[in-house]
Amino acid sequence: MRLSSLALAGALVVAGLGAAEASPTLEAVKKNGFVRCGVNGGGLPGFATVDDQGNWSGFDVDYCKAVAAAIFGDISKVKYVPLSAKERFTALQSGEIDVLIRNTTWTLTRDTALGLDFVGVNYYDGQGFMVSKSLGVKSALELDGASVCVQTGTTTERNLADYFRKHNMKYEPVVFENANEAIAAFQAGRCDVFTTDRSGLYAERTRFDNPDDWVILPEVISKEPLGPVVRHGDNEWGDIVRWVFYATIEAEEYGVTSENVDEMREKSTDPTVRRLLGVEDEFGKYLGLPQDWAYQVIKQVGNYGEIFERNLGKDTPLKIDRGINDLWTRGGLQYAMPFR
Amino acid sequence: MATERPARTRRRAAAFWNDARVRAVFAQLLVLALVVAGGAYLIRNTLLNLERLGVSTGFGFLWTTAGFDISQALVPYDRTYSYARAFLVGLLNTFYVSIVSIVLATILGFVVGIARLSSNWLVAKVAAAYIEIVRNVPLLLQLIVWYFVVLGGLPAPRRSLVLGEGVYLNVRGLFVPKPLFEPGFGYTALAFLLAVAAVVVLARWARRRFEATGQPFPTFRVGLAILLLVPAAVFLATGRPLAFEYPELGKFRVSGGLVLLPEFLAMVAGLSVYTASFIAEIVRAGIESVSRGQWEAAWSLGLTRGQTLRLIVVPQALRVIIPPQTSQYLNLTKNSSLGVAIGYPDFFNVAGTINNQTGQAVEVIAITMAVYLSLSLVISAFMNWYNRRMALVER
Repeated sequence: MRLSSLALAGALVVAGLGAAEASPTLEAVKKNGFVRCGVNGGGLPGFATVDDQGNWSGFDVDYCKAVAAAIFGDISKVKYVPLSAKERFTALQSGEIDVLIRNTTWTLTRDTALGLDFVGVNYYDGQGFMVSKSLGVKSALELDGASVCVQTGTTTERNLADYFRKHNMKYEPVVFENANEAIAAFQAGRCDVFTTDRSGLYAERTRFDNPDDWVILPEVISKEPLGPVVRHGDNEWGDIVRWVFYATIEAEEYGVTSENVDEMREKSTDPTVRRLLGVEDEFGKYLGLPQDWAYQVIKQVGNYGEIFERNLGKDTPLKIDRGINDLWTRGGLQYAMPFR
Repeated sequence: MATERPARTRRRAAAFWNDARVRAVFAQLLVLALVVAGGAYLIRNTLLNLERLGVSTGFGFLWTTAGFDISQALVPYDRTYSYARAFLVGLLNTFYVSIVSIVLATILGFVVGIARLSSNWLVAKVAAAYIEIVRNVPLLLQLIVWYFVVLGGLPAPRRSLVLGEGVYLNVRGLFVPKPLFEPGFGYTALAFLLAVAAVVVLARWARRRFEATGQPFPTFRVGLAILLLVPAAVFLATGRPLAFEYPELGKFRVSGGLVLLPEFLAMVAGLSVYTASFIAEIVRAGIESVSRGQWEAAWSLGLTRGQTLRLIVVPQALRVIIPPQTSQYLNLTKNSSLGVAIGYPDFFNVAGTINNQTGQAVEVIAITMAVYLSLSLVISAFMNWYNRRMALVER
């Protein structure tokens, strides 16, 4: 709801009516020569951060790159549009961006009333609480009367209200426009608790001066399936983003990595791998993409496991376990629809 | 005569095109039609765009459950109330912080403005330095300094600063005793209202007598005495029906009493200190606009210095002060929307949450614009009324 948000709403007011074509979004992307990808503007370590040279990296950013790799065969053909939680949907609705990959929770309201379509879940998350270790709190049920710092424009505010009401506890919400201010107030002692998605808690904690002085409570109070979002109505474009995402999971399931993808393309006899990498069948044509689209995604960005480990896994400051984000074959929830 | 008439009619017909008034009305109508058509086009286009995108529209969402909480509410509110109620809570918070800040900014501004005119070199320079520094630093920066540096640096609840009996200041806010009105307090309130009415009548009578006979009456002193003594007497007579709930210092937090949230304190401090620097300059300009001759003329008539200031200088200065003062009040009210940066739940902050919960961006922004416009118009109307009252009445 800052000026930019007003401008975006203004764009909705003045934007002309687009003509119905095969995939207007894909046409526009090809004409522009890049994908306009909405990412986390405040920076969320592991998911979307920008360095001092203006290079973006992170889990969500890698999915922006994957879409660009599938269309152009070049991961640099992305224009990153940093957005606050409040601005993101208006930006997508008004056509400011082509796809929104910004740790966004899939909910019924957003999928329907907002005119958007979620294409998949690239990270299964849940809301949690972080407190100072010195508070001596072991469970969220001990938080009666606490003051809670929270960022506006998120599903978080509502989950928080629901949770405390359900357990008949009182609390004082302190709502900030940006996560950075919410965190600063939390660290200054204004609030007992900071709450957001647990991935966000882990990510933010890496930026604290003494990460070990803060604990993340065990309770997960909500389901937060995060995934890429496109505008409702352009189904062909939605298909592209969805199958780019599935390609990364299918690749992991069948052992295709960025290292061995060339070898697999030449030598693999597995029909699924051959179809995935465009050796057999014409999946590229069905999607309106080059025949080697999935090959480019895996070659340049990697499979789901590689993307996860590179940005969030054990060797990163976040040290997030795969947990429910593991493949279905290993007891997780990540499951790609078959490439047939 | 008969032969002249057609000629005059023809001249009048020709004059229709050249009549400046007709053309002016026509031009106005044309502009109005264009504006209406433009507005209608934009609204239709928006609705079509929203429909094409499959975004639901309309204001029906206002009556659905809000589902989120607000830290400071002047009317009963929790998550089960509607979005419309949440808007109201935000609006009242904007009112609250604006009114408190306007009062404080006006007092501080007058003091600093007069200090700047002081013949004492040190006082004048300190006032000048305050004005130059404060009004040249962006307000957002000042709010963040007040909130994160000044108030954020306060001690934790268990090490609260004790500012008096039952008054604690810590990082969670300012805790003061909460007045509890017991039955019977109504008489004291009633006595106060009656005293106010009596003072108004007294002032009118004193003014009429002064205009008729020229005899002055000490209205201010007598009025103040009535205002204080009558309710106090009733208060004591009815057995002091007022108690205080003192805040209690716990291990982690202070419980009970009345809390002024740090967000609110930072907003009031930031807005009033910033706006006061502008008001100070307006006050200085107003006083300097009254010519020296007015002072001298008043003294030669035998008025005292205080009477001169009150009866001659200030009424003339106010005519210069009020119009720019109005825009400062408007600015302050609109600047209160910066509360979103430091977590103060003002209208803009609450509207932001509602926007995101419902996704009704166009509607929420329309409501927000309408509310700030109405707020500004109300303040303008009030100040214009006050300005007319203060305007020079020429006889």
